[in-house]
Amino acid sequence: MASGYVVPEPARCVQCGICSYYCPVGIDVRVHVWRNEAITHSVCLTCGECVVRCPRGVLRYEQTDLFIKARSG
Amino acid sequence: MKYVVIGTGVAGIAAIEAIRTIDTLGAITLIGDDPHGYYSRPGLAYYLSGEINDKLLFPQIADEFRKFHVNSVKGLVARITPASHSIYLQNGSSFEYDRLLLATGAHATALSVPGAKLSGVVKLDHLEDARRILKLAGRGKTAVVVGGGITALEIVEGLIARGAKVHYLLRGNRYWSNVLDEDESHLVENRLKEEGVEIHTHAELKEIQGRGHVQAIRLVDGRALRCDIVAYAIGVVPRLELAQQAGLVIERGILADQFMHTNVPDIYAAGDAAQVYDPRSGHSILDSLWGTARDQGRIAGLNMAGKKAAYIKSVPSNVTRLTGLTTTIIGAVGKGRDEDVVGIARGDSESWRELPDALAIQTAFDINHVRLLVGERTLLGAVVMGDQLLSLPLEKMIAGEVDISPIRSQLLASGEDIAELISGYWLKWKKLHAS
Repeated sequence: MASGYVVPEPARCVQCGICSYYCPVGIDVRVHVWRNEAITHSVCLTCGECVVRCPRGVLRYEQTDLFIKARSG
Repeated sequence: MKYVVIGTGVAGIAAIEAIRTIDTLGAITLIGDDPHGYYSRPGLAYYLSGEINDKLLFPQIADEFRKFHVNSVKGLVARITPASHSIYLQNGSSFEYDRLLLATGAHATALSVPGAKLSGVVKLDHLEDARRILKLAGRGKTAVVVGGGITALEIVEGLIARGAKVHYLLRGNRYWSNVLDEDESHLVENRLKEEGVEIHTHAELKEIQGRGHVQAIRLVDGRALRCDIVAYAIGVVPRLELAQQAGLVIERGILADQFMHTNVPDIYAAGDAAQVYDPRSGHSILDSLWGTARDQGRIAGLNMAGKKAAYIKSVPSNVTRLTGLTTTIIGAVGKGRDEDVVGIARGDSESWRELPDALAIQTAFDINHVRLLVGERTLLGAVVMGDQLLSLPLEKMIAGEVDISPIRSQLLASGEDIAELISGYWLKWKKLHAS
């Protein structure tokens, strides 16, 4: 079973807020990046708008294998 | 414990967050002279270009700060008296500290030509500067931009986005000559020309003319241009007045050790104002990078609150957008001096120009461009423009000093697909070193 999240690379981020501005469901993506957290928000559509809009390549979509995660967790 | 942080930029904010991970009770006072407090200063470029509005510049951390019980004070610090652990504001109020952080940042180097004080002459340090530019810019307006590095280009792009006609003056023969190579400079210049920017090389500003407001500029060689706006970004200078007055040791910035401590007991420095010891190179280095300022602020905060933590300088890197091309600059990539910048520019690192002997290789496909600086056994630096697939692996490989011996000769051989070599090798290396 595989799924995915948008994950940040905080060192590239300057907190400009473009990601939060363009999120269609209103997630404050920028706060997640500041805290180095994946966007695991239940309403996240993984539409990729924040990934594309970020001018500094901070965000990327990463496949996570839930099965492995569950097993090791 | 009483903490005072001077400076509302990211270094100061990161320090306060770090202090509160250790000391939840100590009194924290944050003092700054920016009327808007903390906001994303790099984000000003996107405010200028119209991608975000000014509200967006302010991250929603106000609630968290309320939890931190920070006493925020707006004002200018006039002096520090280390002997009595006191600081005095210009408005007469004073505070005592047990631990003090100077995170005073840097400001734009002033233009020194005649006419620099005319209205219509602008820089890009603060939100108020950006607002001033937006007020002046617009269709039918002509602007002259002077300077180099990232900020000058951000101003050029902002002005174009607002419909102004832009003349960009370069003192030398190409853009950002001590970081970019010739191909990269020309890539940027050609894209600017496509957007209608007129680039004037070997153009040294002599004077700005006008009555009250800018009307024209004149160059040293006699050329003249009519304009309504003159914008400049010729470098930044750390704000050092307070440190000087307090007797701190200063070179190009406030000297700080690995624990962000200055030579004066209980006074720390971080961010653009700090010149920090780097054990790897043996030098004290000045950076003007947002990420570095955040890291240094965090380390300063931990040490101020009593947790010994050393600042390990990571390989300096910055991501920026040059004429719409996302560009990552990692490690050592250039040499020498850029005629368009005095000292250091914003978004710049001195260590980008500490390039030892290295062989440069580059590859270009469409508008995408990768340049690698290849050392004896490791990669020393990289410039990635356009497609950013390689920038993350390269950052990790350069910072981790990954041994590239197995692919070095292939990398240096012409005709090899560098992108494929790097990504293939990185995947293999990661797998081998997992767990």
